[in-house]
Parts: sequence; structure tokens; C-alpha cells
Amino acid sequence: MSLEQFKNRNVGTQNYRMLDLDPTPKTGWEQFKQVVSRTFSLELLVGLKVTMREMIKALFFGGSHTTKYPFEKLPIGPRYRAIHEMKRLLESGHYRCIGCGLCEKICPADAIRMDTEYDENQRKAVTEYTINFGRCIFCGYCAEVCPELAIVHGGRYETSSEQRSSFSLFDDMLTPLDQLASQKEFPGYGSVSRHADANIKKTPLAY
Amino acid sequence: MEVTYLGVIIKAILILAIIAAIAGFGTYIERKVLAFMQRRLGPMHVGPYGLLQIAADGIKLFTKEDFIPQHANKFIFMLAPLITAATAFIALSAVPVFPDFTIFGIFVPSIASDINIGVLFVLGAMAAGLYGPLLAGMSQANKWGLIGAARTAAQFISYEVVTGLSLLAPIMIVGSLSLVDFNIYNETHTWMMFVQPLAFVLFLIAGFAETNRTPFDLIENESEIIAGYATEYSGMRWGMFFIGEYANMITIAVLASIIFMGGYTDLGFIPGWLAIILKIAFNFFLMLWVRASWPHVRPDQFMWLSWKILMPLAVANIVITGIVIMV
Repeated sequence: MSLEQFKNRNVGTQNYRMLDLDPTPKTGWEQFKQVVSRTFSLELLVGLKVTMREMIKALFFGGSHTTKYPFEKLPIGPRYRAIHEMKRLLESGHYRCIGCGLCEKICPADAIRMDTEYDENQRKAVTEYTINFGRCIFCGYCAEVCPELAIVHGGRYETSSEQRSSFSLFDDMLTPLDQLASQKEFPGYGSVSRHADANIKKTPLAY
Repeated sequence: MEVTYLGVIIKAILILAIIAAIAGFGTYIERKVLAFMQRRLGPMHVGPYGLLQIAADGIKLFTKEDFIPQHANKFIFMLAPLITAATAFIALSAVPVFPDFTIFGIFVPSIASDINIGVLFVLGAMAAGLYGPLLAGMSQANKWGLIGAARTAAQFISYEVVTGLSLLAPIMIVGSLSLVDFNIYNETHTWMMFVQPLAFVLFLIAGFAETNRTPFDLIENESEIIAGYATEYSGMRWGMFFIGEYANMITIAVLASIIFMGGYTDLGFIPGWLAIILKIAFNFFLMLWVRASWPHVRPDQFMWLSWKILMPLAVANIVITGIVIMV
């Protein structure tokens, strides 16, 4: 299934066809006539024909609709927001997170915990960062509040785990260094707005 | 024709082994055919094309806990699956499958016992198999099982009439109850299904009911009564019901092949033994095909169909056949 087909769920715009049903029989004689006509027009064989057709299609023409789920995955909508991703700076490859702690503060489910320290450059470094997915409600506040677009929601939707309080570490969510070039920037929720550059104003200093 | 004890014992063991193996293989075929007809893949992961799924299911059935409910009648509860499995195999003892052949210079009639009441014996044994679901449902102290048992009784008295009456007309024509004589008739005359098309259709319908296959699988109708008579069964006791059901399917397929579809007579260039295997396979496939295609009927619809439609048709068929034979 292509992404286009997958996303087209607009009921009413697809091609629907009305069934041409006979009127319901009212008297016993009409019922009898219906039974006789259905018997001798061999309506039952039509059902057999349909299943045989589908079997031949599935066997020889690849008409099977199975997605072998853990091995194959259907495309997911581009606006789907699930497991968090930590982004890196494109130029240096350093992680964007500045350790401000806003996401930890705003998280309504208390899912985020972080520890920071000053590194040798007197820059704040993130030493510990975990998100408890047993608690996370995927509200998106962390991504919205993040001043650096460092934490966003990605497309990974498999959130089940063996433990209730399964959590994710910073490094697991961080974009791998070798895939930095293909790091996906998310438009929409929590990202730079479309006319951000035009809307920037100088800080009023004339006081 | 010489019947030895050793020969009968060998044949009995062969029937048990082969039919039990085919019954296991039948579950795989059923799952595959249903899957393809519903645009799925069926079992795929255990072995090549999921073939070892049968072994996996067998291991699971054998190692499962043998559970008997607290308030069940233990003796009858344990006995019931044996009845179903045993009668299914007993019925096969009077069914010829292959043409007679000679092996190591010994003439082998390929039937365990060519008794002169063959059809009657087979149908009787299969009908006695209905005690399995009936006793199972009544002994397990479960309301769904009880409903299943009640449905077994209601279904039994409905279709068994049609089975007997539909076979009566071919029996009148052949003039014998032995299945070997049916095959000889098919060989000397034309196929019985062209002489008695109505009886053929009626027998197929009744056969589907006899084996609890889909249009008429009322007694373990999982969408209505959990699993009917098999609700409280698990492990190998449930497995024996299953093997019995599949053995019954094979018996009905063999009966339809021998009585109506020419049996093991040579079919053009196809030798007889291959012809009947093809016919049995087609009849088995027909049951799966119908299961994939048609919906269940309700119990009242089934009894209505049996008593008001099929039985009068069968009786009319017998009367007309009798008149034709007399004239």
C-alpha cells in the first residue's frame, strides 16, 4: 500500500456502489418464489466463485494483503508524533540540548529526569537524561517548550516494553553521528514557525 | 479372496496411522486454504511454508495440562473424546479406498473388512460418534457445553434422516449395501452422481452436517456458544475430538467418492488409485472451500432446511426412483 492510498480515508470521495437488492418478500408465496429462484439461479455458487478467485489471486498473482508486521512495516503518517528524538547541531554534531531543564519542569507526567554539570568549557553538559515511557503521555509539551528544538517527537510508534517503567536514555534518542546528514527536521508542532525569520524583531533598547 | 488375521491387523494399523497423519496434515491444509481465500498467508514461520506447524501444534496438544472441571462427571468427561475418535476410525474399517492389488505375491483386498452391510455400518458408526459431543457437552457442567449437547441432539435427528434417505435411492439401484458393489456399479454403468444428482447433492449437504462443517457447524459454533461441547476440553482430549472430526471429513469424502463419483475405477489414463485420491482430495477441498465462502445457518434454519426441504426432496427422489425401477 502506498502512502497516498494509506492516507486517503476521506469517506464519501471513494467509489461506492449501491447493492441492487430485491425487495423483501412479505407473503409466504413470495418467500417461496425467492427460495426457488435463488436455488435454481445457483446463487450459492457465486460465493464459491469469489473465494476461488481470491485464492488464485493470492497464490499466483501476489494478491495477499498480509504485512509481516515485525519484519515489514506500513508507512506512517508524516505528522505522527511518538517516541522522542534528540537532535544534534548540523554544523558541529554536538547535541543541541543546553540542559536548561524546561522539559523536565513542564512535563505534566513527571516522566523526564535530567542531571547537568559544567564541562571543561564551562558549558552546561547533560550527564543524565531519561524519559520514562511508562509515564509519558505524549502531550508534546517538552517539544513545544524546548528553546533549541533539541527534543522532538519522532515516528517510532512501538512503545510496548517488558517493564512498566521502561525508560529511554539520552544516547538512545540522540541522532547517531553517522546519520547526522539525514537528520530529519520536523515542521509543525514545536518547530520554528514558517515565517520565523520575518517575525524576528530587534530587542527594544530605547528606554 | 482370503482374509487373514495378520492382514486385517496390518490394515487396521495402517488406517489408524495414515488417517491420523492425514488428519493432522488436514489442519495445515485447512489453515492454508482458508488463509489464501481470505487473502492472508496462513502459517508461515515454523518450517518451510509453515509445514512444521503441525508438529508444533502436536507438541502443544500433548504437553498441555489435562484439565477436568470440578463439577464434571469425570468418567464420562474422559470417555467422550475416545468415542468420537474411535467411531471415526471404526467407520473407516468398512470403506474400500484403493483397488485390490497384489504385493509380494499375496492378493490384498484393500478394505479392512468387506462386510455386506457396508454403507449401513459406516453410517451407523459415524452416527454413534455423535455420542461423543453429546456426552461431552452434558458431562462438563458448563452451560455452553450443555447448549452444544442440545444442539448435537437436535442436529443429529435432523440430518441423519436426510443422510439415510438420500443414500436409499442409490442403494435401491445398486441392490447392495456393500461399498465394493457400489464401485462395481460405477465401473459397469456410469457414475452414480449422473444417475442420482439430487441424491448426490442431498448426501453432500447431510455429510457437511454429519462432520459439523461450516454451514452447519452449530454444535461448536464459536461465535455463539464459545466452543459448544468442547468448551472445557484442552490438550489431547480436545485433540481427539479434532482428529475425530477430520477423520469423519475424510470418511465422508471417501463415501462421496465411492458411492457417487466413480470410486477407484480407472479414469481414462489416470489409474484407479490416483483417481480416488484426487476425488477424495477434491471433496476435502470442497469442505474447506465452502467454509471460506458461506456463512453459518442458525439451528432453527438448519432444522427447517432438513425437515421441510431436504427430507421431502429425498422422499420424492426415492419414490420416483422406485417407480422408474419398477417400470
